[in-house]
Amino acid sequence: MSNAEQPSDEQPGNDEFEPIQVFPEAEEMDLRPGADDCYKCSTCDTNCPVAKVDDEFPGPKFQGPEQWRLKRQDDHDIDDSVMKCSNCMRCDSACPSEVPLSQMHNTARGEYVEENMSKFSREYVRNRMLANYRSLAPLASMFPRTANFVMGLSITQWLGEKTLGITSERELPEFATETFREWWAKRGGAQVESEDKRIAYFHGCYSNYNTPEVAKALVRVYEHFGYEIVVPEQSCSGTPMFANGMLEDARRAAETNVRELAAAIEDGADVIASCSSCSMSLRQEYPELFDFEGTEDVASNTWDAIEYLRVHEDLRAELEGTSVGEEYDDFAYHAPCHSRNQGLDGQTIAVLDAIDGIDAHDVGDSCSGISGTYGWKEENYETSMKIGEEMFEHMENSNAETGLTECPTCSMQMGHGTGYEIKHTLEVLEAALVGADSDGVEPKRKEE
Amino acid sequence: MAIEDDVLVIGGGLAGTTAALAAAASAKDARVRLVTYKQSTLRHASGLIDILGYAPGDDANAPLVDPFDALEDLPEGHPYERVGSQAVRDALAFFDDIAGDAYAGGHTDANALVPTHGGTVKPTARYPVSTAEGLASDPRETLLVGFETLPDFDAPLAASHLEAAGAPFEARGVTLSFPGIVRDDAKVTRYAHLLDHDETVSTGSGETGARTALVTAVESYLEDEPRVGFPAVLGDEHADEVRNVLSDELGVDVFEIPMGPPSLPGMRLEERLYDALEDAGVRVTSGVPVVEYETADGDDDRGWRIDHVVVDRHGAEIPHRGDQYVLATGGLVGKGIESDREQVSEPIFNCHVPHAEDRYDWFVDDAFGEQPFAAFGLVPDRELRPLDPNGEPEFENLRAAGSVLGGYDYAAEKSGAGVSLATGYVAGTRAGEEATR
Repeated sequence: MSNAEQPSDEQPGNDEFEPIQVFPEAEEMDLRPGADDCYKCSTCDTNCPVAKVDDEFPGPKFQGPEQWRLKRQDDHDIDDSVMKCSNCMRCDSACPSEVPLSQMHNTARGEYVEENMSKFSREYVRNRMLANYRSLAPLASMFPRTANFVMGLSITQWLGEKTLGITSERELPEFATETFREWWAKRGGAQVESEDKRIAYFHGCYSNYNTPEVAKALVRVYEHFGYEIVVPEQSCSGTPMFANGMLEDARRAAETNVRELAAAIEDGADVIASCSSCSMSLRQEYPELFDFEGTEDVASNTWDAIEYLRVHEDLRAELEGTSVGEEYDDFAYHAPCHSRNQGLDGQTIAVLDAIDGIDAHDVGDSCSGISGTYGWKEENYETSMKIGEEMFEHMENSNAETGLTECPTCSMQMGHGTGYEIKHTLEVLEAALVGADSDGVEPKRKEE
Repeated sequence: MAIEDDVLVIGGGLAGTTAALAAAASAKDARVRLVTYKQSTLRHASGLIDILGYAPGDDANAPLVDPFDALEDLPEGHPYERVGSQAVRDALAFFDDIAGDAYAGGHTDANALVPTHGGTVKPTARYPVSTAEGLASDPRETLLVGFETLPDFDAPLAASHLEAAGAPFEARGVTLSFPGIVRDDAKVTRYAHLLDHDETVSTGSGETGARTALVTAVESYLEDEPRVGFPAVLGDEHADEVRNVLSDELGVDVFEIPMGPPSLPGMRLEERLYDALEDAGVRVTSGVPVVEYETADGDDDRGWRIDHVVVDRHGAEIPHRGDQYVLATGGLVGKGIESDREQVSEPIFNCHVPHAEDRYDWFVDDAFGEQPFAAFGLVPDRELRPLDPNGEPEFENLRAAGSVLGGYDYAAEKSGAGVSLATGYVAGTRAGEEATR
């Protein structure tokens, strides 16, 4: 994906060879080849959902190659508009020239936060909290009812907006009374053992702390197909950290993830993610930004949960003739930007087509507008809702009253803008293949 | 296992979408998939559907009145010669069905003359309805309106160019500031969004909707011209509504002038084609490249068959299998044809691209001369199967369409859209028939 030159520690030759360091160590990424490839066609700008609704945002072409060139001169700081980029990464798949735009944005944001943002500012503290939701979540999930109660109080929301700049327009997501990992431990881990069908599940933060039903659906669907599931230790994927320019936090998280996932791959597993931003991060952003041992390995062995089944199982045949209850009748489906970028936007509709009685309607290619932590910030709330307007309109114009998507924050925005209940595709597959809410179901097939 | 379909189209521009739609139409039960990597060059295109504006090699350089008359005289190997003129008519009719009331020009075989943002006129067969009131053959006086923050369209200059080019009317140009736009480099989508959603903007006389604000800004400049032309930024999703409101409130006809890249009329056409794909049940996989292919030995001397292609999804290699394949990856701009200092090549199937061995023979010194590189591309048979250097089909189940084909210079001929339509239509129809036979 990326044209950038990665600093590399690899040295050719055998053990006896001791090279002398002639050039100083390459510590910064050289993004010049990418910048040179930009021929200013501006296709990226027409894909930017922020530039479309916000006159103050100069767009991805400026944030990427142009700003990169400008700051070759020492008298130029990174422009603060880079914090208005929502990291939807649409510019990447728009560019006909393979300019690594989102990589440029991520490095520029990192540099801006490092050098131009006060570590004592309200913005910095707020962004760091939002980006590191993963480190606050365990506390909240220890006392989920209290946490949900407190966070639902209007005084808390008012305080959040006044002191931190977190919009009071949104309701903070509820914490589950039992996390996915707690459930997984209680059930005794994997119930299928297999030598040759094994996956390492990267559940991410949200399906662990907030929507364990999605993670459980993944477990049941994969066990139905006879997979042994391992759930490695893991940290946040890093997506919210990239988006807030917290590259050091992201680096720490990525280091854990790469180490644990690479070990699972070594044990014969493929990595599966149920959140499209998590898979995007492992597949694209890690190799663009980091060079831990095994980064490339993890990237090329990571899959989207449904994509993997389509390629490795006859998912269509398995779904043929199945049906689901009435609650899964019609869906208004929104493809998240981060699944669009992976070439997965048409997938859900194609897969669900095989199930009897489901009518899944694609609501078009607009961005939902929330983009992770972006739409939670007071200053971005209005922009976020303006971007989402097109999606809300399309959802309301469809027959469905239930929404469907694979991204947790898109799902919040869909619910927030329309009042619809939102499901994950894995939950629909679970209902079709093993029956909904089938806690402790016996897997149909077991590898000997 | 592979993702299985009957017809697999590679490339998502005008040729690829037409091929996929034609395949779905020719074989009702066929499963058709379109795989496209980067966004198509339709976003760079004017949105005009030209068939043939100028005869190739014609030094007189007069625009053709009837493109169909000229089709019969094209040299052997030209894509139109390969498919035949009836196929061009069929493809255009197929397009008219898809375009519905969004395009005009179907009432006549003759080319229309549409003013461009540089003040020249382009001979074209079909044009978006948004440009219809602006045709250069229409003798009504014209006011052109440009915007300070949109330097790609200089209205006074375009107006004087049009008059100099012999347009049969008086044209006048004015430059205004667009209400609600402050940035010098605002995106075309920003203008369109302001008008689409009639966002509230601040003007000298208070807050008002963007549409009304624009009308107020233009009104005072309007003398007695019965039509006003704007650069093509008048809305995206609700372009018709925007144009109608402006037209009603100004009391004159309003039209758009197609712009350079990135182009809203091109985007609107793209949107329409992708809606049609969805309606036709064509599966679309976008954002990921096809990187290689595997063959299966043919069971007799019919040559090689492509068994499957490999899609690279961020490092994961996903096999996609079709019975029939259509290659519509574009030319040098769309990167369906690539060149380096050594050679010109087609990167996915490595199909034969004829070119001189010495790269100094790829071009001529006269910049506006007949450039050999402009016609680089695959050489097809009449079925549109790319041929190897010996004149044999490279693969029995591969067809090619659009500007990945060689033998024509679309920039000089103004034939880009027509060739994409005609070859996409033929390649897709044959692929559909073949796959379900």
